[in-house]
This record gives sequence, C-alpha cells and structure tokens, in this order.
Amino acid sequence: MPSFSNGRSQEVAMLVPAMLCLVLIIVVPFALSVGFSFTDQRLMPRPIPTRFIGVTNYERMFADRLFWQAIGNTVLFTVLVVPFQLAISLTVAMALNAAIPFRGLFRTVAILPLLLPITVVVAIWAVLYRIPTGPLNAVYQLFAGSENYIDFIGGSDTAMVALVVLSAWATFPYQMLIYLAGLQDVPGDLYEAAELDGATAWQRFRFVTWPSLRNVNIFLLIITTIQALKLFTQVSVMTRGGPNGSTTTIIYYLFQQGFTSQKIGYASAISVFFFVAVTTIAVLQRVFLKNEGEA
Amino acid sequence: MADVRIASVTKRYGAVEVVPSLDLHIPEGSFTVLVGPSGCGKSTLLRMIAGLETVSGGTIAIGGRDITHAAPSKRGVAMVFQSYALYPHMTVAENIGFGLRLAGMPKSEMEARVREAADILQLGPLLDRKPKQLSGGQRQRVAIGRAIVRKPKVFLFDEPLSNLDAALRAQMRVELSELHQRLGSTMVYVTHDQVEAMTMADQIVVLNKGCIEQVGAPMDLYRAPQTPFVAGFIGSPKMNFIEGPIAREFGGELLGIRPEHVTLSDREGRWSCTVRHAEHLGGETLVHLDSPEVGRLTVKVSGDIAAAPGVQLYATPGLDTSHVFKGGLRAPS
Repeated sequence: MPSFSNGRSQEVAMLVPAMLCLVLIIVVPFALSVGFSFTDQRLMPRPIPTRFIGVTNYERMFADRLFWQAIGNTVLFTVLVVPFQLAISLTVAMALNAAIPFRGLFRTVAILPLLLPITVVVAIWAVLYRIPTGPLNAVYQLFAGSENYIDFIGGSDTAMVALVVLSAWATFPYQMLIYLAGLQDVPGDLYEAAELDGATAWQRFRFVTWPSLRNVNIFLLIITTIQALKLFTQVSVMTRGGPNGSTTTIIYYLFQQGFTSQKIGYASAISVFFFVAVTTIAVLQRVFLKNEGEA
Repeated sequence: MADVRIASVTKRYGAVEVVPSLDLHIPEGSFTVLVGPSGCGKSTLLRMIAGLETVSGGTIAIGGRDITHAAPSKRGVAMVFQSYALYPHMTVAENIGFGLRLAGMPKSEMEARVREAADILQLGPLLDRKPKQLSGGQRQRVAIGRAIVRKPKVFLFDEPLSNLDAALRAQMRVELSELHQRLGSTMVYVTHDQVEAMTMADQIVVLNKGCIEQVGAPMDLYRAPQTPFVAGFIGSPKMNFIEGPIAREFGGELLGIRPEHVTLSDREGRWSCTVRHAEHLGGETLVHLDSPEVGRLTVKVSGDIAAAPGVQLYATPGLDTSHVFKGGLRAPS
C-alpha cells in the first residue's frame, strides 16, 4: 500500500499538467497585464524603449471621461440583459419542460441560436433592424399607422436596447438548457403535494419551482453577469461603439485603446481594473445569495 | 371523517386498461389497506381518490359527495407520499402549515394547529429545522403532520414506510395505528408489504392486475383466502401450493398449506422429505424441504431446530388448516 507521502506526491503530479495550462493561459497573461499597466508599452515596437511610469495609466483611466462612459454603458447593458435573458430562458425552459406536443422538436429548435456564430446572429438582426423597411419597422409601421420608422441601431436611445435584445436572443439557449436540467431535477411529488395543499399554478411556481432552482439561479446569475460584462463582438460588428459612444462597452474601449490606439500599457490598466471588478461582483453575488438562502 | 365509495371506476392510459372496473366501499373511520404486487394498480387507485390521476370512467364519492372531477384540494383528502415530498427550503413548521397558509388562515390559528400536530407527533423541538436536518422517521412524521393540520375527511398514505429501515418501519407501524385510534379518521393506505397490511388494517383490499381479489378483515383473509392469489400473497413465508393427485385427494385442483401449519418429525409423518436448507431466525426456523410426493415445501418450526441439509424428515399437514381451491376459487368446505 502506498504511503501517505507517496499518495500526496502522486496527487500533485497528476495536477501539474492542468495547473501548468492554467498558469500559462491565465496567470502569466494576467501577470504580464499587471506589469504592462505600469509602463508605457505600445503595441508596435518603437525606437524609444518602454518605460516604467508607475500608476500614471491608472490616474489617467480614472480621469478619462470615455472610460467612465464605457463603464456606464457596460453596467446599463448588464442590468438590462441579465434579468431579460434569464426571464426568457426560464420561461422557455418551463414551456419545454411541460408535456406539450412535439416537445423534442421544439427543444431542438430552441437551441438553434446557440449553434450560430455570433457574427451570423448579428447579420440576421441587422436585417431585422434595417431602416426604413426592415421587418421590425414594418411591424412598427403597421401598428403606428404611419410611414415613420425607428433607427434601432443608429439612435443613441435605441442602440443599447437593440444590443440587449440581440444578445439575449443569441445566447439564451445556454441558460435555457441549464434551467431545463434544473427543472427536471425538481421532484414531481412536490408539485402534487402543493396541488393537494391548494396551491395555484403561480403558487406552485413561487413555492416549489423557484426555491428548487436556487443553485441554478446563483450559477446562471454569475455566469450571465460575467458574460454581459464581457460584451464585445456584437458591439464590434454591429455598432462599433456608436452612436456617440452610447454602446461603447469596457471591453470594446479596451480593444480600441490597445489595438487601434496601440496603447497596450493603458489597455492593460483597464484590463486589470476589469478583472478586479468582475471578480468582486462574482464574489459579492455568491456571498449575498448564499447568505440570503441561509437566512 | 367520511366514507369513500368507488363505483365502476376504470383507468386507461391510451389503449392500456390499468383498472378495468372497480367497486369498493371504504367505511367511515376504517383503516383500509390496499395491498398487492408492483403494478397491480393500488397506487393508481389511491391517486384517483386524491385527484392526482384522472378517472377514465365511473365515480368516486367521499362522504356521499361525488368528487370524481373535483380539484385535489377540494376533495377533503390529505396525502402522505413515499418520498415525504417536504418542501426543502421550508422549516418543519412552515411545511406543516403550508396548506393552511395557502388557505389564508389567520397566523395565530395556524400556529396553534401546527403546535397541536407537532405535539401529537412529538415534533415540537424540531419545528425550526429544515427537512435535510431530519432523519427519515422524523421526515415521515412531518409529512403526516402536514396531513393532520388540514383535518381532512380522508387520509391517504402511498407506501409511506418504504424508505425507512426495518426497525423504524416496525416503530412507525405502531405509531400510525395509534394515530388512527387517536384521530378516528378514515385512512387509506397503500403498501406492497403484507406485514404492514396485516398489522395495521381493519380492512384489507387485495388487488391484482387492477382487479380486487378479496376484501376483508386481516384474519379473514389469512384464514379463508378466496383465491390462490390471496392465499399466496397474505402470510409470510408464502403458502405451499400442491397440485395433482394429492390436491385431488383433498377434493380440489390446488391444495394450499401455510408453512406454520405443517409439523415435522424425524420418525414418522405423511410425506417423506429431505432438508435442502434451513433459515434460523432465532425464535423460529424456516426449513426448506424436497419431497418426492409433493415437491418443494417450506415449513415454519417454532424454536431453533438442527436440520442440516440432506437430513431425512417427515412432514404432516394440518388437515383443518389446509386450503383447497378449484377453478381458481376456494372450494366449499
């Protein structure tokens, strides 16, 4: 029988490959970012050597109006998209969990958006949002009874909402699948007991379904929030941060600073701030929801 | 408290008829046990009474009121599930009082009812705990408490002791019987365990393939089973069945002899046998024998006897306790 120390060594040895990958993919790039954030590192090599500039990038970041606009846009997008997307996901999951005809077919159809590359999704929605005669405007004109149209992507007030709807549609099947798995784990006896207790459909949802999905909700809230905070592709392909910076998110701004303006040092400072912010939000969500559940 | 009257009830799932046509009267205040093997329709029947399954045909009345198509909560029944079905995020008190809360009962009255049920079931110190902090027996008590507070006309139990270990099951059997005596309510209890049926019931309903084989008091079913199925199902260990010339000697096609109604001797007896295996249970011994005349035979002997495999013994059936069947029914004696 192997001794304890041999067993420990074996465990450590088996963990090494995975840990090495994690270090190479996550820890090293993050450490480099932290390092670059204290320098004036540029994207392309230049004759003047890179210098250590202390916390200048951070000072500049906190004084940068566009940075704060990007933070505001990202928060707004997250606050809008997370509840919207989770509500759609849970509603569809509940519908697909019910005994409806052709349930298998509907389940397959419902996950189709997840199979499409995000650029294709953006192309589809660009057609839907088209002015003046896109399908959504046609519906609007039908109900409004006029020739007016809404410039969904071009309007400062509507561009963010357009992104929220597009993004929710593009990725809701992921949350929906997890909700569906969670719903299938809720024992049927609980619903029957509630029915005998006189619970209405809403009360069965309120007192059986919702509490039973607590762990699923915590997981999805954290994952969806992080996903929302990382919004980039839709902005990059559809709005390019406009109009007037109304859809410039923190990641898009970071990309612009690092790869368009070539200020890698400054972009690194933004990325470090972003990492700390996301980690803090995720930890706070977990702690808050855990305490709430135990209260 | 009310009686339950089931008239010509049928249940079909598509083309499959699970309950062909069933008539049954459950008297007011009785403890009626529906017993039978898996798939015999006993749980389906209970769920039809509860309203959790629709009825394909026929009527169900509780206390003279037709409730065939009434909502489960409007039938005046409460059900205890095999899995307990406790709400995991609620405390014991909240679980017990949930139905009352939904009914809009004032808080003070609700608390009094919960306290009363908790006292009956000795759950007082556990009222603030969550179900995951309770043992299996305690959870089962909470499930019963949830039924008690609603003061139903009829209690329904769907194999409530199946998830408990043997010792706890025996204890809960006694507690449930005492609870029935205390409340005096009509109780309908589903089990596949004939020991539970025999020990708890006023009335046993033996079901087989969706049909009632026999209804009666436990000892009536034990002493005078009307079909070979009931004879084989009621009693442990199972009754010995003998066909052929020996059954014809007794005037029937099938002869049934309970293991406890056969005597063994090492000197003389009706049938010569060889010991195949002996199970020593402490207070009694089950001896499994091979006989050239009657085939395999199981005999229950009081005390611990030395019966090694291969030993020659003689078995003699008790003539006045034998059961003779002809045409699938008990032959008149």
